[in-house]
Amino acid sequence: MLKIVVCVKAVPDPKAAGNIKIDPQTKTLLRGNVPMVLNPLDKNALEAALQIKTGMEVHITVLSMGPPEAASIVKECLALGADRGILLSDRGFGGADAFATAYTLAMGVQKNGDADVVFCGMASSDGATEWVGPEMATMLDMPVVTMVREIIPHADEAWEVKSALENGYRRMRVRLPAVFTVTRDLNSPRTLSFSGIIKARKKTITEWGLDDLGVSAERVGLKGSPTIVTEMRTVENTRKVEFIEGTREEKAEQLVQKLVEVGVL
Amino acid sequence: MKDDKSPVWVIADQESCNLLPVTPQLVGKSRKLADDLGTTVEVVLLGDGVDTQPSNLFASGAERVFLGNDPALAEYHPDVYTDVIVGLAEKHKPQIILMGSTSMGRELAPLVAARLSTGLTAHCIDLNINADRVLEQIIPAYGGEITIVCPERRPQMATVAQGVFPLPALDEGCRGEVVSIDGPFVHTGRVEILEVVIEAPEGIPLDTATCVLAAGAGAGDLEGWKLIVELSKALSAGLGCTRPAVDEGWAELETMIGQSGKMVSPETYLGIGLSGEQQHMVGIAGAKTMIAVNNDKKSPVFSQVDYGVVDDCRDFVPVLLEKIRQYREKQVSC
Ligand SMILES: Cc1cc2nc3c(=O)[nH]c(=O)nc-3n(C[C@H](O)[C@H](O)[C@H](O)COP(=O)(O)OP(=O)(O)OC[C@H]3O[C@@H](n4cnc5c(N)ncnc54)[C@H](O)[C@@H]3O)c2cc1C
Repeated sequence: MLKIVVCVKAVPDPKAAGNIKIDPQTKTLLRGNVPMVLNPLDKNALEAALQIKTGMEVHITVLSMGPPEAASIVKECLALGADRGILLSDRGFGGADAFATAYTLAMGVQKNGDADVVFCGMASSDGATEWVGPEMATMLDMPVVTMVREIIPHADEAWEVKSALENGYRRMRVRLPAVFTVTRDLNSPRTLSFSGIIKARKKTITEWGLDDLGVSAERVGLKGSPTIVTEMRTVENTRKVEFIEGTREEKAEQLVQKLVEVGVL
Repeated sequence: MKDDKSPVWVIADQESCNLLPVTPQLVGKSRKLADDLGTTVEVVLLGDGVDTQPSNLFASGAERVFLGNDPALAEYHPDVYTDVIVGLAEKHKPQIILMGSTSMGRELAPLVAARLSTGLTAHCIDLNINADRVLEQIIPAYGGEITIVCPERRPQMATVAQGVFPLPALDEGCRGEVVSIDGPFVHTGRVEILEVVIEAPEGIPLDTATCVLAAGAGAGDLEGWKLIVELSKALSAGLGCTRPAVDEGWAELETMIGQSGKMVSPETYLGIGLSGEQQHMVGIAGAKTMIAVNNDKKSPVFSQVDYGVVDDCRDFVPVLLEKIRQYREKQVSC
């Protein structure tokens, strides 16, 4: 049986994340009550695993690091069809940068045991570094392919994948175990079904903290993070807007005039 | 670390044996950083048939080039390139390593950083040396900017998109040292690159377009997006987008403008149905004239442009298209 781990993250809803702002006075974050959702690209990662499951015997574990509230997105993944849900949650994991996050997740993958394939979204919508997949692969001593847009799984343990480049793609053969980070072009994620939600009710989520992973507190969270944020500031705008007024027709005419003036037309 | 004189490194990025512009841009910036630190700029250049390129790197400000010129290095291979760079870095101990936020850099940088157990900052929009001689890495966030540092571990690593820093003035007289990296360059075979396929992008390339039209979530749906595409054709503009347009599947990731996408500097920028989030706006900071269309007069985008039209883009764009058509007809009949 093929063992797949899908790493997922709870992120501030990208549709409302613009409400999180830096307070110009205190230079701290105003969180603006934005709800947490499953990172959009992680849906593609889970979908990749679920699609492979239709053709082979597969066990899917969903793994997330986050605060206790992140259990809701792990639950969502169980309702979508994952077999096991693990939440890595501990005060000590807080404040992790990409490196410490990758390390913590790698320890989770290791404790879960014998992964053949690890899927991640290419990036999270809030951090957007793209580092967690490749760094975790390095820590697990597995090969990685980033930006995967097509997968041809093979039973003989070497998979063929296409990975997006700025101006084309690479076609590669990868020996398992391996880590893949996926793009939204890979698939169209399924949506929650009523029966899935019912089934997921019976599934429990495993929670592991620092002691369960047996890792040193120096290697996780803020302490285990090589990088730190030292300063936040707001930026001053240097332009002054002139509104083009009038009826819709007049506005369009004036805009055409402007475009002629600046040489576009 | 106070008087660390170890070098600043740039990992070169090449395509068909030509340096991508981001490489001299990073070398130029590194020159400034190295001058502030009183140290040297060194470049790692890997490829096959790239042995004429070091002179360009010296002219951009590098003092030393580690050159791996070998058929086994022709294409970027994650394991081979990581091994070579990690091996060199462990030996020469650079204090800073910079890479482009290119297809290669986005995968290679975290592989190298993880092997060297050090920090890595994604898609910086500025870099400075502070009073403690530490690299300040600036990224846009939460409607403003944040500074990230890697205070203890070395090297300090960052990626930067093409176009963030200007091309340096070339000094053709500059010479430097070429250190050749010897093979054999072997890998375990766990990853094999079967083929690299280049697909020509559609439409006018964003990098060179004199007018860039970008649109965002306000386009509403695929129908609304088609109007935007039509407008970009009518204006002969390069078509860019914000992240929601990529998330919705209207536009390709390659056309996203901003911190984690493309940096462009057209003469004219027209932003439609987008809110002017910092992460997008840093991508067009170089535009001369900026225009926005948004249905919300209070949208932050209006404090960042020269001209504003308050209207629903789905109603306004068809009228604008009609006016452009009328204008063109008049031109022809004159
Ligand atoms: C680390 C990180 C990196 C990121 N990198 C990038 C990047 O490189 N590029 C990028 O673009 N984003 C990036 N983002 C996302 C970015 O923060 C914003 O979420 C995104 O730019 C917002 O896109 P938008 O303006 O289209 O959408 P919104 O912020 O939702 O704004 C939509 C706007 O359209 C207007 N509107 C709605 N309907 C209409 C209508 N009918 N007619 C006219 N106007 C209308 C609204 O008033 C609103 O102002 C990044 C985010 C993070 C956290």
